[in-house]
Amino acid sequence: MSNASSLSLALRIWRQRHDEPAGRFLTYRLTGLSPDLSLLEALDRLNQQLLLEGERPVHFEHDCREGICGSCGFLVNGQAQGPQSGSTVCQLYLREFSDGQTLTLEPWRARAFPLIQDLAVDRSSLDRVLMAGGYVSVNIGSAPEANALPVGRELAAQAFEAASCIGCGACVAACPNASASLFVAAKLAHLDLLPQGQPEAAQRSRRLRERMAQEGFGVCGNQLECAAACPKEIPSALISRMNRHARS
Amino acid sequence: MRLDPRLPSGPVAEAWSRRRQELPLIAPANRRHYRVLVVGSGLAGASAAASLAEQGYRVRLLTYHDSPRRAHSVAAQGGINAARNYQNDGDSVERLFRDTVRGGDFRAREAGCHRLAEISGSIIDHCVALGVPFAREYGGTLSNRSFGGSQVSRTFYARGQTGQQLLYGVVQALLRQVEAGRVELCPQRDLLDLITVDGVARGAICRHRLSGSLETHTAHAVVLASGGYSNVFHRSTNAVRSNASAIWRAHRRGALLANPCFTQIHPTCIPSGDPDQSKLTLMSESLRNDGRVWLPRRAGDQRPPDQVPEAERDYFLERLYPAYGNMVPRDVASRRSRELCLSGHGVGPTGRSIYLDFDEAIRRQGRSVIEGRYGNLFSMYERITGSDPYREPMRIYPAPHYTMGGLWVDYHLMSTVPGLFVLGEANFSEHGANRLGASALMQGLADGLFIAPATVPAWLADQPHPKLGEDHPSCREALEGVRRRIAHLRSIGGRQPAEVLRRQLGTLLIESCGISRSAAGLRQGIEGVAALREGFQQELLLPDPGTPLDPELEKALQLEDYLELADLMLRDALSREESCGAHFREEHQSENGEALRRDDDFCHIAAWEWRAEGEPLRHQEPLSFRAIHPTARSYR
Ligand SMILES: Cc1cc2nc3c(=O)[nH]c(=O)nc-3n(C[C@H](O)[C@H](O)[C@H](O)COP(=O)(O)OP(=O)(O)OC[C@H]3O[C@@H](n4cnc5c(N)ncnc54)[C@H](O)[C@@H]3O)c2cc1C
Ligand code: FES
Repeated sequence: MSNASSLSLALRIWRQRHDEPAGRFLTYRLTGLSPDLSLLEALDRLNQQLLLEGERPVHFEHDCREGICGSCGFLVNGQAQGPQSGSTVCQLYLREFSDGQTLTLEPWRARAFPLIQDLAVDRSSLDRVLMAGGYVSVNIGSAPEANALPVGRELAAQAFEAASCIGCGACVAACPNASASLFVAAKLAHLDLLPQGQPEAAQRSRRLRERMAQEGFGVCGNQLECAAACPKEIPSALISRMNRHARS
Repeated sequence: MRLDPRLPSGPVAEAWSRRRQELPLIAPANRRHYRVLVVGSGLAGASAAASLAEQGYRVRLLTYHDSPRRAHSVAAQGGINAARNYQNDGDSVERLFRDTVRGGDFRAREAGCHRLAEISGSIIDHCVALGVPFAREYGGTLSNRSFGGSQVSRTFYARGQTGQQLLYGVVQALLRQVEAGRVELCPQRDLLDLITVDGVARGAICRHRLSGSLETHTAHAVVLASGGYSNVFHRSTNAVRSNASAIWRAHRRGALLANPCFTQIHPTCIPSGDPDQSKLTLMSESLRNDGRVWLPRRAGDQRPPDQVPEAERDYFLERLYPAYGNMVPRDVASRRSRELCLSGHGVGPTGRSIYLDFDEAIRRQGRSVIEGRYGNLFSMYERITGSDPYREPMRIYPAPHYTMGGLWVDYHLMSTVPGLFVLGEANFSEHGANRLGASALMQGLADGLFIAPATVPAWLADQPHPKLGEDHPSCREALEGVRRRIAHLRSIGGRQPAEVLRRQLGTLLIESCGISRSAAGLRQGIEGVAALREGFQQELLLPDPGTPLDPELEKALQLEDYLELADLMLRDALSREESCGAHFREEHQSENGEALRRDDDFCHIAAWEWRAEGEPLRHQEPLSFRAIHPTARSYR
């Protein structure tokens, strides 16, 4: 962690155009960075320089820049969403690094996430998994009064925690088998825990797991790297819960 | 041009149900012949697309995000209002209606505000049914908190992630329709023009952000739900890619733009530090339920906050507004904060921040209660600033946040381009000159879940079926226009990246058209923008990256639209010679610095018409108040 008022970093970044079969690392040096900048803001700075030098800027996904939209995400020194636990790369501030450090940035590598360009990958497979049944099948206009069905405070809080998954894909990137089990388990827990979601629970579980396999995600090997990488700290216990329910 | 808002006659309380009875319907078997193009997958767009598809219409949804669940609505923190009176504290539809009209400083339509309050309860019912995990009491009923500008607790919430949870609820409903084949999802599309045939909206031209190809999408109606335009300012609380291009391009095709100068500056955001900082992060208004706003009494007091004794602190909102205290509406809190900072009371390295202090709340209620309410906001704050708000007061400052202005729509949410409907923050409806906290999510969902699903079919019922071919001359004309525009931007060959020029524009705009505005400042702003527009045409650097992915092109296209929009905002602010809501004109204030509205001359909506040559034209839609008599807003 740096207390310096300004720091220099070497960014070793994976560069691969959308149409290139293979990529390579290129190293860029940035100096005079304020420790109050985020890592993505340092990349903005780099891109501005590259543009002025006539080079192609580094492609990366981002939008909210406050850890909630799930757009950003790449490996920082081999870790999905970077070294800081419970946060996305857009929430990573340079004060977490030391002056002169080298950071290696590379895209997530998983069969179900084809490369788009440089640090960006295509994660639409996650949406297709949800399409298989990650919802409550109720039409608009046919809902009972909101307080008609009480839901215990603890239960609602647990459902909320599972539902806080931002769909960034870090769990897949961290998993040696590139499984989306944590993502799927979180959605199942969110909906199964609430009385509104229970009628479809069994079918939902089966369909989401089938679709996950069809989309090319791997099988969970219980190594639990996913939960360690999750920026929303979704617990791996949800995977055990999913497996328990699948067997019963 | 005469603006017809199509307001129902008779008492406002029955207006919406009466109107719904009159709307024409389409038989279930015929609905699949109609195609609706929805732009945007935020709360408004996703819910409209899902509802229309459930009814049986064929929907195509465009969004520039890679997934509909990333729309900017996901970032809403604090909550959503509904008049349910679950807390038995005297709330009612009538009261929410009044609060909305009054909060908007009598610059919104009564009938629209009433409809919003009526629908609010059903929104909560429906979201609960979709599985939105709202906060609950021990007995299992729904919890509420209170928000600025209201004296009841009517805000429903899911920790500090209400927008995320609501969005996931409606996006899941949307994905269900995609799986059923009733919605075609088109992510990574940037809308660059609206297609009109004989003045009627019939589709859009998009650029595919990954392949770079230009596409023509045709439909029987177009629903625009592309969000607000706060990013025209330099740094706002919006996601960095939120933009104004969809509404601006529709404006150039004939949709009037209403009250563009009504923009909200949110009082509680994390202040800026480094010049390269890309955005400002909001700290939810709900924090003002427990946090107390203060500044040192003595100007220039440099002591750290814990060394300023109680007697030397000025809890200025509590002092000036005893009835509402820290919960005054946003415009009032922002203006007062800025004034005190300008007079030397501000704190922090730049003197441009104020304290939001939780010390008393933590002592009174315990750390765990505060953590339960705001835990994620506190950790977000700590991560960004490196300071622990459980131990030190937060430092906050106002930042551009929300735009009440937007495309003019009638009571059916249809713009002045027939067949073009505008929903959510992109339209100008119901919030008047100032939006109350937790009312944007309510409005977006009211529009998308309940209003558009009734009014869009009513429009379709009068439309012929035949599909518009992509080779129709109007489609080709629009496509060619976009192609020429891109080629022109590439040919400028200047030395300035779009981002640099955008910063200049955004800084100029926040100075001339921000929290406080004056005729002289606005005139200077107009001149400054004209110079920047010329500069853009000469200095823009936009090299061909050699790959179809081209974020620089996206930024340049957006900036070109911002430059034109900024000019219109300044003109609108200049011509509205009164202070109302978030629009504060220095020439129009009382002795104690409160806003002075001028109802005799300005009790109207200003709707601007774009013209290819010459200055834009200002039209007026007069407002009349029958249920509530306009009074001066007072929160003292
Ligand atoms: C940080 C923050 C916190 C907030 N908290 C609250 C709160 O607690 N309560 C509350 O009521 N309100 C809150 N608001 C306001 C509220 O979140 C927004 O007004 C609301 O979510 C807007 O929803 P929307 O559906 O209109 O648009 P958005 O959610 O902004 O969605 C816009 C959609 O349009 C698409 N789009 C835009 N332009 C184009 C284009 N050119 N081509 C293709 N697609 C395009 C985008 O991809 C996106 O899908 C908050 C706002 C911010 C910034
Ligand atoms: S940019 Fe939204 S989570 Fe990082």
